[in-house]
Amino acid sequence: MTARAESVARPPALRADLATVRVLVRRAANEILRVPGAAIPGVLAPTIFFVGLTAVFSGLTALRGFDTDTYQSFIVPISLLQGAGFTGAAAGVNLARDIEQGWFDRLLVSPAPRPVLLAGMVASASLRSLIPATFLLAIGFAIGVGWPGLDGLVLALAFVMATGAVAACWGVMIALRFRTQSAAPLMQSGMFVLVLTTTAYAPLDVLQGWLADIARLNPLTQVVEAIRSGFVTGSVSWADAGQGALAVAALLAVLGAIALYQLNRTGRR
Amino acid sequence: MIRGLAVNLRVVGALGRRSVRQTFRRPQLVAPILVFPTLLLAIQTGGAGGAVDLAGFPDVNGFLDFMLAGAMIQSCLLAGNSGGIALAVDLEMGFTDRLFAAPISRFAIVAGRLAGTSVLGIVTAIWFIAIGLLFGADFEQGVAGMALMVVFVSLSAIAFGALSAAIALYTGKASVVQGLFPLVFVVLFLSNAFFPADLMLAPASQIAEYNPISFIVDGIRDQVIGGFDAVVFAETVGAIALVGAVSISLSAVALRRRLRLGG
Repeated sequence: MTARAESVARPPALRADLATVRVLVRRAANEILRVPGAAIPGVLAPTIFFVGLTAVFSGLTALRGFDTDTYQSFIVPISLLQGAGFTGAAAGVNLARDIEQGWFDRLLVSPAPRPVLLAGMVASASLRSLIPATFLLAIGFAIGVGWPGLDGLVLALAFVMATGAVAACWGVMIALRFRTQSAAPLMQSGMFVLVLTTTAYAPLDVLQGWLADIARLNPLTQVVEAIRSGFVTGSVSWADAGQGALAVAALLAVLGAIALYQLNRTGRR
Repeated sequence: MIRGLAVNLRVVGALGRRSVRQTFRRPQLVAPILVFPTLLLAIQTGGAGGAVDLAGFPDVNGFLDFMLAGAMIQSCLLAGNSGGIALAVDLEMGFTDRLFAAPISRFAIVAGRLAGTSVLGIVTAIWFIAIGLLFGADFEQGVAGMALMVVFVSLSAIAFGALSAAIALYTGKASVVQGLFPLVFVVLFLSNAFFPADLMLAPASQIAEYNPISFIVDGIRDQVIGGFDAVVFAETVGAIALVGAVSISLSAVALRRRLRLGG
């Protein structure tokens, strides 16, 4: 076979990479279809927190500084991001399982570039995060969450997917560091803390002490506010959306770079 | 008979020590019991601390004072759940079968696990009292109140632990007991653990008024924010006794069933 014929027969690198990502995403989707129970905690936990926090803390809206009297509209972005966080962190748990069972070693010796492997894991987590989001929104609208408009809804789901990707990068980092499923609580609690140390329970002016300081610094606060503006006011604040997009992009860039660095080092030391 | 009792007490002690060591050796068991409730306590105190200004909120020194009891009960429920998971793992691995074959009382095997859970209850109570002292909570009832809190939390841990043990003995599957984890929060949200019941939304507020956990929380909370109240004390003891009697009875039934049917 001539060199020219070879180059025609070989699929372009980008197409091969996309095919690998697609296969990894399909593998993750198969897991949901074959073991649907595994997706339940990621759906159930944020839903219980959403309904529970609404029932318990609704009285807070009487405090000065709240710009809504429906606490469910105020808290729903937190539950959406919690769902994305749990689902994204599950990508790390699945990777740790694959490492323990030796399946990941086979991926490492395949010709697929490491960034493509990471992209496959992150993309599947990002898509999976739509499952708890859909469930939560259905429950939320049923119990009085305000309609954010179609653009607000699309924006919220885009932020959910991006946060799912951030959580997946975090999970992958931890999985590659500890190489055991026992590290799962660290993956989940890391995202749990990141989401709750925002303006989760109350607006910034109402938060007290250290939490107000942390929430100011936490990039995810911008994401929460971007999603919240739609649910609370009924229309999207594009200024908030821009800041949220910048914040989540920065998180994704930093955590993605660290995850990729660790992935590149895996098996080469 | 006295010798038999002494042997069984030694078994309970040994299994209790094993249970506590097992928990502290596995980060995935310690995290839900201590780390998670502590994080939630810190975040809720900072996030919902302004609630003390709401009309109808009890007169407290700060929101932390109000929240400590809720954090203790949350931790205690999760300790009970962890104990149940560990018992189910023992059943799955065949360790409990070896104990069943030993010349010891079968109830001592479950009691050993519950003794360990009770010690974890004491640890969590002391942990949250220390956090309270460190961050300026005002314990109205002083040292005696703190001691009573430790006793209430420890007894509650046995009561909740017995419920998880019953499910572990009935199903023999760790995954099923682990699946109860979200239910812990359902039960907590339907009590006054995090907020006064009369400021919550209906129907959660109505359920919270009759939830035995609310009575237990009241008894623990009273030691921090209120004076000694004999009625609250009696209600707390009654609620712990009720939950304990039901859950220990269920454990006994589940144990007998397991021994009768095997595996």
